[in-house]
Amino acid sequence: MTLADLLAGVIMVALNAYVLLGGADFGGGVWDLLARGPRKARQRVLIEHAIGPVWEANHVWLILAVVLLFTCFPSAFARLAIALHVPLTLVLIGIVLRGSAFTFRSYGGEQEQEKYWGRVFAVASLVTPVLLGVAVGAVASGAVTELTPDSGFVAAYVAPWVAPFPFAVGLFALACFAFLAAVYLTLEAEDDDLREDFRGRAIGAGVLVFVAAALGLLLSPPASPVGAKLVAAFPPWAPALHLLTGIAAVSAFVALWKRQYRAARIAAAAQVSLILWGWGIAQFPYLLPPDLTISEAAAPAVTLRLVLGAVGIGAVLLFPSLYYLFKVFKGTRG
Amino acid sequence: MSDLLAARSQMAVSLAFHIVFALIGIAMPVLMVGAERRWRTTGNPIYLDLAKRWARGTAILFAVGAVSGTVLSFELGLLWPRFMELAGSVIGMPFSLEGFAFFTEAIFLGVYLYGWEKVSPRAHLVAGVLVAVSGAASGIFVVIANAWMNTPTGFTLVDGRLTDIDPIAAMLNPAAFPQALHMTLAAYAATGFAVAGIHAFLLLKNRTSAFHRHALAIGLLVGAPAAVLQPLAGDLMARHVARHQPVKLAAMEALYETQAGAPLKVGFGVEIPKGLSLLAFHDRDAVVRGLDAVPRAEWPNVPLVHLSFQVMVALGSYLALVGVWAAWLAWRKQDFAARRRFLWAVAIATPCGFLATEAGWMATELGRQPWVIVGVLKTADAVTPMPGLIVPFTVFTLLYCALAAIVTWLLYRQIVRSPHA
Repeated sequence: MTLADLLAGVIMVALNAYVLLGGADFGGGVWDLLARGPRKARQRVLIEHAIGPVWEANHVWLILAVVLLFTCFPSAFARLAIALHVPLTLVLIGIVLRGSAFTFRSYGGEQEQEKYWGRVFAVASLVTPVLLGVAVGAVASGAVTELTPDSGFVAAYVAPWVAPFPFAVGLFALACFAFLAAVYLTLEAEDDDLREDFRGRAIGAGVLVFVAAALGLLLSPPASPVGAKLVAAFPPWAPALHLLTGIAAVSAFVALWKRQYRAARIAAAAQVSLILWGWGIAQFPYLLPPDLTISEAAAPAVTLRLVLGAVGIGAVLLFPSLYYLFKVFKGTRG
Repeated sequence: MSDLLAARSQMAVSLAFHIVFALIGIAMPVLMVGAERRWRTTGNPIYLDLAKRWARGTAILFAVGAVSGTVLSFELGLLWPRFMELAGSVIGMPFSLEGFAFFTEAIFLGVYLYGWEKVSPRAHLVAGVLVAVSGAASGIFVVIANAWMNTPTGFTLVDGRLTDIDPIAAMLNPAAFPQALHMTLAAYAATGFAVAGIHAFLLLKNRTSAFHRHALAIGLLVGAPAAVLQPLAGDLMARHVARHQPVKLAAMEALYETQAGAPLKVGFGVEIPKGLSLLAFHDRDAVVRGLDAVPRAEWPNVPLVHLSFQVMVALGSYLALVGVWAAWLAWRKQDFAARRRFLWAVAIATPCGFLATEAGWMATELGRQPWVIVGVLKTADAVTPMPGLIVPFTVFTLLYCALAAIVTWLLYRQIVRSPHA
């Protein structure tokens, strides 16, 4: 493993943390939008309390992934930013609206406006994960290629992401985030009725994760040179990874069924993480398939070494702080 | 509007919007923690009320600052991919460090805002201090990256590519220290005076309110020293710019011809003979390079840079004078609230620090044009090939105008709602 591979791995770790934590915050917004039944208002309060203290810290994982990407792999960042300008801009608008509306609702004060901010927060929480997934899907399908001077607007800026496969990945991301949020909320709920509400939602979202995954497989471009390269690059232990993902998924369902929520949380987080790493490993050694590899895109070794050092020192400061944050706000209930 | 102008405008709007929240995010925790500490030591409930109200305001402002900062980190690539491709490996380091500092800030702000009843008093205060320290660190790292664009170091330029990269040398570029100092002081001066100004205004309406008196005192305690020190940091900055960014200095001063003993233009056609040479080099007869030293194509927008610079200096000087006045009154143990004229002077100062900071950034950013990295890469060569950039520019401008209006309104309500108003 080279230094560049290691840093690509660090970026994957940041993305993984973002998916498990920030993703669940988006999922919370989705459940706010879909709140219904006799406990509608209490569902929303639970979600707000669960997200409030931690969403800003959870959000920083994305910023960390972005700054590490442009420091360690500047050419890949430039290529991504050009080809995916439109969906990434939409993601940003979603992030701005989600975060601002959530805070305005928490601190706004007036009932009438709270409802309005709540709606903005919830809709932005629904749309943003889809667009994030679309961006990942565009990368995975090998559509983020170097711009050629004669390509038209549609070919250069629309075609890479407006395709069935990226949107299937978008739906999949949304399903995963909603699934994670519902599973976590079963542990945060303080009474059985509310817990049952989110247990049902978790099982429903879990089914949607399967459906979206199947749809993604169906729509993936297997005949493309990318697909072939991906298969060729697949390591021999890939089946083991698939098996583990399957075990985690089944365990999550069984645990939810048997109301073992702590086990469900571990299994759900493992399932989603394994899927993410499955994508990463399938692409290896390509950062942006079909042609840009990790080593080609990597910054000079001196930069990589320094960043790795900074990440090491940063982690020593970060993990105890994060542990403290979650212990304070999540410790008593789960 | 050309795509280049649209991209520059979008970046300008995004920065101008974010900078206000960044300033507040750096300095507001200091006020918050100061009030909480006074409450813990004196037991006076007014201080607790202040700390909690300021924390509520900070929560709103920090959230908007965090999301608008995210926009900027993406926009570096969305608008300037060729800049990031070229410079990412050289100047990504301070951004990575900023990532960790910002992480610390977000974590402990969560603990501070939501942890009043959940953590010990000591842990709560420590959380607030960590927010203040990591907020300042975040700001400094970002400014260091900007400073590198003004005075790039830590590489060799070969055929348009950067080789022999040394990210540490890049971080230690000549502009880093003066810029970081100038901006950090600006955060405390602008925010301290904004808080003091609002409460001075409310004191004018209700002279007996102990709440506003204490709030004014804490605001001035943070804002006034920073505002008084700022001219010294400004002098350091000016001498740095004179040595390392001569074109920018010439534009700031609208000095078209290189000359010895250059005069200082103080506005409205008034000039101080040899003033510029004295200020920039601490030598009355020093030669100051004019715009004639570089080809016309490499001039920034001189009238705009000159005007921005003068606005910054004027507003900064006003804050420094009010700061000296406050120090004088404090030294004489005078009651601020009894001084009507002083209260008006502070009330007028409310927006001045923010306006001065915006003007200062206009001067430094516009003064660097046409370069994005001085001497290395032109802004026009850094911009994305994506056409139709007027669309995202319009969208972000509208979005930020709406957010600015909402935030202003929410904060106004917070203040008006206070039982002490």
